[in-house]
Amino acid sequence: MMSLELLLKDYTLQIVALGSAVLGAVSGVLGSFAVLRKQSLLGDAVSHAALPGIAFVFLITGIKNTEMLLLGALISGLIGTFMIIIIDQYTRIKFDSALGLTLSSFFGLGLVLLTYIQKLPNSNQAGLEHFIFGQASTLLKRDVFIMIGLGVIILLVVALFWKELKLFSFDPQFGKSIGFSNVKINVILSSITVVAIIIGLQSVGVILMSALLVAPGVAARQWTDKLSMMVILAALFGIFSGVLGTLISSLVDNMPTGPVIVVVISLIVFFSLFFASNRGIFWRHIKHGKNKRNINDSRVLINLYELALNHKDVYHPHKTEVINLTNNKDKGNANVIKRLLYLCEKGYAKRDYFDTWSITDKGIKKAKSIIDNQGGESL
Amino acid sequence: MQKHVIEVEDMTVAYEEKPVLWDIDINIPKGVLMAIVGPNGAGKSTLIKAMLNLVKPISGKVLFNGLSYECQRRYIGYVPQRGSVDWDFPTSVLDVVLMGTYGKIGWIKRPGKKEKEKSLDAIKKVGMEEFVDRQISQLSGGQQQRVFLARALVQDADIYFMDEPFQGVDAKTERAIINILKELRLRGKTVIVVHHDLQTVKEYFDWVALLNTKLIQYGKVDEVFTDENLRITYGSTDRVLKGEV
Repeated sequence: MMSLELLLKDYTLQIVALGSAVLGAVSGVLGSFAVLRKQSLLGDAVSHAALPGIAFVFLITGIKNTEMLLLGALISGLIGTFMIIIIDQYTRIKFDSALGLTLSSFFGLGLVLLTYIQKLPNSNQAGLEHFIFGQASTLLKRDVFIMIGLGVIILLVVALFWKELKLFSFDPQFGKSIGFSNVKINVILSSITVVAIIIGLQSVGVILMSALLVAPGVAARQWTDKLSMMVILAALFGIFSGVLGTLISSLVDNMPTGPVIVVVISLIVFFSLFFASNRGIFWRHIKHGKNKRNINDSRVLINLYELALNHKDVYHPHKTEVINLTNNKDKGNANVIKRLLYLCEKGYAKRDYFDTWSITDKGIKKAKSIIDNQGGESL
Repeated sequence: MQKHVIEVEDMTVAYEEKPVLWDIDINIPKGVLMAIVGPNGAGKSTLIKAMLNLVKPISGKVLFNGLSYECQRRYIGYVPQRGSVDWDFPTSVLDVVLMGTYGKIGWIKRPGKKEKEKSLDAIKKVGMEEFVDRQISQLSGGQQQRVFLARALVQDADIYFMDEPFQGVDAKTERAIINILKELRLRGKTVIVVHHDLQTVKEYFDWVALLNTKLIQYGKVDEVFTDENLRITYGSTDRVLKGEV
């Protein structure tokens, strides 16, 4: 546990990890709403759109002042957001195309400007490229304090407008009809999302910031059916991957932070997709198989029961072939025998001689109650 | 003295070049249960949405009891189409019904005990008391519709607008819903329903509006719901617009 020791001793690393934790929490919370509103990619476009703003500010001022650079990022991020909204509303171009257009044009412009800056005879430019993939170790104490301040404000806004955000994410039309202006809520949510993206640029970078926004929400959704729980879980996933990603990247020289954080959160997402208790693919598969078997068992028992009713002697044994319900007799018989053996084990049926079977009193009772419940009762 | 509870004047709505609604004038008296019927694309939902200010009309004026929608909002209830929301949203039946109280609570404040009791009452009224805490993705179509209806009942409105409340529900739920609507009318509420099933118009409603971009006819079901008017309504939209019928 070298990293843990490192974290406990190294003050700079503690500060940086704290910054990543705030970032993870904030993006997890806001990302949950983005995921639920099916606007996961909006964050991607906004973060890419921030790059030219950073380059412009540097070109104008010639110095690397974090606040000024992030202000530039904020402004061009907002311009990008409005461009998407305007294209979507006033042209016949669809939302996803508007996203793609804005993302690539702004990012292209940003790269052109950065390349130009690197050719300038100004020693200050070194480090600007960190905004592309992120480098948490460049965070200063002051930067982290700004992140914490903004993070707290964002979380307060979410807590304050919780009811409105829920309504807006679930049923905006109804919300509008009872007087909650969609424009107002959208402006609130978009602004705090843009701020969250901006505070993540230094440590995660413009390219992968959207992953930190989307992935915790997606993972959290797998584990719960409650909005408040989802938001809290997403925040926790965000914190975990932010801190762990920062630690790993600080252990390896020149390892950019963004990609490491994204690898960590992606692992959480994959684990959640497969193994989450309710919605996970793995458990659903098992549950589905169990259901299917259960229904098949019931159907075999019912069939046996109906055969018994049609016979003078209720306990008269029947051959597997007769009990089998499917058309595919070759393949089906083995399966039916398996089901019948299970019924015998439970005492609902009895094997007579080789593959002939008869129903028991217990089986008759059970079959009757299953029929009454229209298959709703399990064995 | 206000004679009509809803007055619509000269309303025209267009998304593209072709108008969706053309010059609608309609006056609805208090306490009627009115169906809006017409073919697909006739603008039935749009008419409701334009009256509720959810869609911006090109021209026209809507008054509720003599005042604009903004003034009367808290006395108007709305049931959107069931398919207009994502039912996989992580929330419970009670939570959705509570949303009906948000309008009266206003910004920022949270629903309290009183609102919760009201919501539970409404849930009971639509026969969903067993499902109060059920996650909404686990509801059947009919149950989803009941939840939406309960949310509107909580609004405790005087005028209700419902967009296809019978869409995709079974006979039992349909009966339950129509009984609630009739009870609302008995209590003097005005209920406007976008409806698809021509068979049941006479049985369920006392007023009807026949719509196909233009308002063909509206009024008491006995007087307006005739074969001739239906033929005109369900003829082609172009012919209706050109005034050929």
